[in-house]
Amino acid sequence: MPKLPRPSDWPALRQLRGDDRLARGAAAMSPHTRTLRARTADADRVVKSVCPYCAVGCAQNVYVDNDKVVQIEGDPDAPHSRGRLCPKGSATLQLTTGSSREQHVLYRKPYGTEWERLDLETAMDMVADRVVAARRSGWEWERDGARTRRCMSIAALGGATLDNEENYLIKKLFTALGVIQIENQARVCHSSTVVGLGTSFGRGASSTLPGDLQHSDLIVLEGSNMAEAHPVAFQWVVEAKARGATVVHVDPHYSRTSALADVFVPIRTGTDIAFLGGIINHVISGEHDFREYVLNYTNASTIIGEEFGEAGVDGLFSGFDAETGAYDPASWQYEGAFVAAASGQRDQEGELSGRVPPLADDGHDPSRPPRLDPTLQHPRCVWQILKRHYSSYTPEMVERVCGIPQDLFATICDLFVANSGRERTTSFVHGVGWTQHTIGSQYIRCASILQLLLGNMGRPGGGVMAMRGHASIQGSSDIPTLFDTLPGYIPMPHAHAHQDLEAFLAGDAPKGGFWGNMRDYMVSLLKAWWGAAAVADNEFCFDYLPRLTGNHSTYDTVMAQIAGTVEGYFLFGQNPAVGSANSRMQRLGMSKLDWLVVRDFSLIESATWWQDGPEIESGEMRTDELKTEVFFFPAAAHTEKGGTFTNTQRMVQWHHKAVEPAADQRSDLWFTYHLGRRIRERLQGSSDEADRPVLDLTWHYPTEGAHDEPSADCVLAEIGGFDADGELLSAYTQLRDDGSTACGCWIYCGAYAGGVNQTARRKPKEEQNWTGSDWAWAWPANRRILYNRASADPEGRPWSQRKALVWWDARQGRWTGHDTPDFEADKPPGYRAPAGATGPAAIAGTDPFIMQADGRGWLFAPAGVADGPLPTHYEPQDSPVTNLLHRRQRNPARQTYTHENNRYHPDPGGPGSEVFPYAVTTYRLTEHFTAGGMSRWTPYLSELQPEFFCEVSPELARERALQAGGWATLVSARGAVEARVLVTDRMTPLRVDGHTLHTIGMPYHWGPNGYARGDSMNELSAMALDPSSHIQEVKALTVDIRPGRRPRGPERLALVHEYCRRAGITETTGMQR
Amino acid sequence: MSDESPIDVFLGGGDPAASAGHEQHPPRLGFFTDTSICIGCKACEVACKEWNGVPEDGLNWTGFSHDNSERLSGDTWRHVAFIEQRAPLGGHQPNFQRDGDDGDFRWLMASDVCKHCTHAACLDVCPTGAIFRSEFGTVVIQADVCNGCGYCVPACPYGVLDRRPDDGRVFKCTLCYDRLEVGQEPACAKACPTDSIQFGELDTLRARAGERVQELQEAGVVQARLYGHDPDDGVGGDGAFFLLLDEPEVYGLPPDPVVTTRDLGRMWRQVGIAAGALLAAGVAASLGGDR
Repeated sequence: MPKLPRPSDWPALRQLRGDDRLARGAAAMSPHTRTLRARTADADRVVKSVCPYCAVGCAQNVYVDNDKVVQIEGDPDAPHSRGRLCPKGSATLQLTTGSSREQHVLYRKPYGTEWERLDLETAMDMVADRVVAARRSGWEWERDGARTRRCMSIAALGGATLDNEENYLIKKLFTALGVIQIENQARVCHSSTVVGLGTSFGRGASSTLPGDLQHSDLIVLEGSNMAEAHPVAFQWVVEAKARGATVVHVDPHYSRTSALADVFVPIRTGTDIAFLGGIINHVISGEHDFREYVLNYTNASTIIGEEFGEAGVDGLFSGFDAETGAYDPASWQYEGAFVAAASGQRDQEGELSGRVPPLADDGHDPSRPPRLDPTLQHPRCVWQILKRHYSSYTPEMVERVCGIPQDLFATICDLFVANSGRERTTSFVHGVGWTQHTIGSQYIRCASILQLLLGNMGRPGGGVMAMRGHASIQGSSDIPTLFDTLPGYIPMPHAHAHQDLEAFLAGDAPKGGFWGNMRDYMVSLLKAWWGAAAVADNEFCFDYLPRLTGNHSTYDTVMAQIAGTVEGYFLFGQNPAVGSANSRMQRLGMSKLDWLVVRDFSLIESATWWQDGPEIESGEMRTDELKTEVFFFPAAAHTEKGGTFTNTQRMVQWHHKAVEPAADQRSDLWFTYHLGRRIRERLQGSSDEADRPVLDLTWHYPTEGAHDEPSADCVLAEIGGFDADGELLSAYTQLRDDGSTACGCWIYCGAYAGGVNQTARRKPKEEQNWTGSDWAWAWPANRRILYNRASADPEGRPWSQRKALVWWDARQGRWTGHDTPDFEADKPPGYRAPAGATGPAAIAGTDPFIMQADGRGWLFAPAGVADGPLPTHYEPQDSPVTNLLHRRQRNPARQTYTHENNRYHPDPGGPGSEVFPYAVTTYRLTEHFTAGGMSRWTPYLSELQPEFFCEVSPELARERALQAGGWATLVSARGAVEARVLVTDRMTPLRVDGHTLHTIGMPYHWGPNGYARGDSMNELSAMALDPSSHIQEVKALTVDIRPGRRPRGPERLALVHEYCRRAGITETTGMQR
Repeated sequence: MSDESPIDVFLGGGDPAASAGHEQHPPRLGFFTDTSICIGCKACEVACKEWNGVPEDGLNWTGFSHDNSERLSGDTWRHVAFIEQRAPLGGHQPNFQRDGDDGDFRWLMASDVCKHCTHAACLDVCPTGAIFRSEFGTVVIQADVCNGCGYCVPACPYGVLDRRPDDGRVFKCTLCYDRLEVGQEPACAKACPTDSIQFGELDTLRARAGERVQELQEAGVVQARLYGHDPDDGVGGDGAFFLLLDEPEVYGLPPDPVVTTRDLGRMWRQVGIAAGALLAAGVAASLGGDR
């Protein structure tokens, strides 16, 4: 019986008695209104967390009441996000508490047509059994005479949305199992950045933070749709504008980012190297470079060996082997010196050239600096080589190749020059528009060269701001669930004859700089993994590591799956059927597996292809003929576990557990730990030498709570490292190579400095400066802007007061400033390396790039980048335009795959080239998130962009009779999809070499599952990779477009075959080097 | 609005919170939405729905730029408009190469919301007292009182109001009344990544907006103007006002909104005069008859 209001509550009486005679306010308020309380005020507790979506890593406050999350909103204390959230971050409550999350383990038996329920513990036991069995049947001790010690029958993918602690345990366990086919979203996203920035500067991560953009005088957003992909970070661009900065957006597609830019530069997709090379040409020919910076801080004056053959008109450097399609970079080396790269391709020289790389006592004295010519006149000095290389990248060529008119190009060049130098700085912001190309690593290299020439690296408002995509994709690169690196970017060892720890270090570690101490980092890692079993006598169990014999990227793994050599596959929060190139090949690969384990929130396409995928619809595959056993494990959300995410500015933030996961939902930490525990139990007592790495692995973490959740805190402590007494380490300079220290990831050493979880620090923004250094912790050593030594001149004084960042305080004998110096604090500017110095001692007081072998920024990369020491323009694999700058049409060293479902398009201008005449560029919308697993099941996001659509210009719509608001079918040699048609002025035709070129824009978030459904754009894309990063090219391809919906059933594939027939496509089409 | 005649009091002139019986009320709070820095991300739409439990209102792809929310309604309390035009915008250079075109282009984006008018017609016409003026000067609908009569729907000069289809009642932006009470800012303003939606004391916001408009005009964005800021306009100024980069009609906003109850006083006066005249005539007729 509801309580009746007292007469004194009656509005009519209140109206008569009070001040509100007309009952328009106070008197009209009901009891409910008068007792209204914001649930944020009454919550039991507020838990500090981090957004699980993109890599801006906005801080979130999670409000918990009665052990339920009742609200999630921004944390205003955070220096980097200031309490703001984009639409996705704002939807976190619905994502984590909504009804679309699966609660129970689901199981599909071989040849089964439906999901069944399965008990969680039983499912875990079954998976452990299968891992042990697959490992036995797929074990390989050696290949071609070299020891490999590995298991090729198991693979894993994911995850950039996982915590660092989870990725750490996955890499640790799987590596000990001998599994090398471990990959995650970082491969398909910013792997090119790791190569490009790493070889140029020494570290493959963003050199700066979004908050630093407020200091830029010019911001160039290119290969990035920052306002849509990283809205909260974009606030810093808006800040910069308010302070008078100029903002330029260069993109094939006019987006919401472009709307706020001062200048938009429409560029043909796939031609940024021609554009940036043209700017480099302008800077060099006009002598607009920051000469003092270039001479002192780059390798401009270094002389290259005389065996080096320039790319020239042909577009091919020396050392190319047409049979293998790979370069031997030996002829690119410095004269009289052998320098190893800090990143990218390493440990491969021995394999490629058949010889073991020279050791230090082989006549190559690492302390003898390479031969230099400070006058920059020597014909083989880097400066002259660079000048000749880009001399053909004229404004006329930029206009013909990129479609950028010369006067606009001149404006951009002038902006760069006017906003660089002592008093002004320019920053680049880039995303996957640059990385996802068959020449992607070189895109990044090209921007790096330009920034070095203009003296923008290491300076406030300068740098290269790599905007990564997932909550912890930086972390999943640093602590890598990747095949080719160990934690901290130590390379995974390759299989060589007589490979041991010493040979590995000799071949891989640059002798100068902080990589010179790779031995300390490597031994400490081995101690962390194998603990007491790792001793000096057995080289700290170095032999326990499985070896690589080439490329084992996710795409190589898909080919291996199709070939039938992979029995089991794990997906940790990744959806390759939508998010990876060539969706069809992804599904075909999975159809050949014996078993598949999917961990996610909802039934993503990669979990249900056997039941309702396109091949089932077409009849090519029948569900009851597919043998793949599928396990679906519902995953815990970030609010249901503690752990760290590393965001795009290398900042490691701890997110606290707010509530327990429900039903069968568990964290990936729980899953990996207990899977490992079960596997070890099954292998207990084994005398098989192959099992020693598993049994000797340190795998005892304390567990807590009803679910026996392992302590993420302890895992982080292991990652940060401790000494022989168990004392937590504070800096990577404390690491030793004698087995007295253990450290899971040397660049994260310091995350637990002083025994305090530095990543959980939350000093409000009002109490510190703009670097936000007391909020959480950034690697390395909490330095926020990398290479900041370069913000001061060789004498240690800031280049200008306006752009002061760090400087030498002679009185105190230390570097000091607004940021933590990225330099040995007490090394004076006048320090010069004594003869024979190695490691950090070889770095002079004027060498800002302390990870590089020679301490310099590399304009010319003698090692590390597989397709050349200098970026060269090649056309994309599928392009409608002939390469006008060089004779080689495509990147000669690119990775291609021959398969009937991975055909490439004909050469432009040749027979069949008119069949796919339109360029396509792909991108993100702010309302969705990557492959859609976290947005297409979330109603608040789905309703904002409900359907898959393509964007076309009015001109193209007329040409192809496309109806605005109607449907279109897009076809490539790989597949056919349908999309709604959005006709917009924002897509404009380009004039390219006198012809009109149309580009179609395609957001890629959709798949056939979920609430907001559509075809997957990646049905159209091919597997064609950058050879250094192994990243796919999805930013530039070609298609045909026609009005109307696509065919259903078998007619869909028939349409594709018809197109291939008309284009005359064979297995050799597009394969020329 | 300086007269304090009974009719003006009825219409809520001057200090709306005081006129609504809130003694010692806090300063009037509102929104200033600077659309020149809106990135069209719709965080405001989502944050609002999350906080207020507003249901999602269907998957409906419109093909109209990036606007699939279409309009304010009972289920959409923040709506981001997208306007693509072949027109210049200050110094913005899109550099499109379109044949037969001088290449101007701009993409205007703006987050629309209930205006929380000083003279709120919806409040005037609500027969149940569901709609009331809060102590913060905002206009709030009490869902526990609303009977879905819908009188407010045509009353709003901006077309903000609508019924929720499966519910019947009318819902709209509350300016997060519950959050204001505990000193928190509205969900949309908090989330907005670029601070396009600014929340605070209306006087402060109006001063800041004036400076911003001047700054933009001096930078060459000559069409920048404020909308809804003027206390002398037809609704007495809005509690949620805007900086626009073109005419209001371009954004789907009425150029000269007038509180639809403005003429009520005059109408009733005329009715009264007519009735009085009729009565006088009737009396005169009946007194003068029967001779």
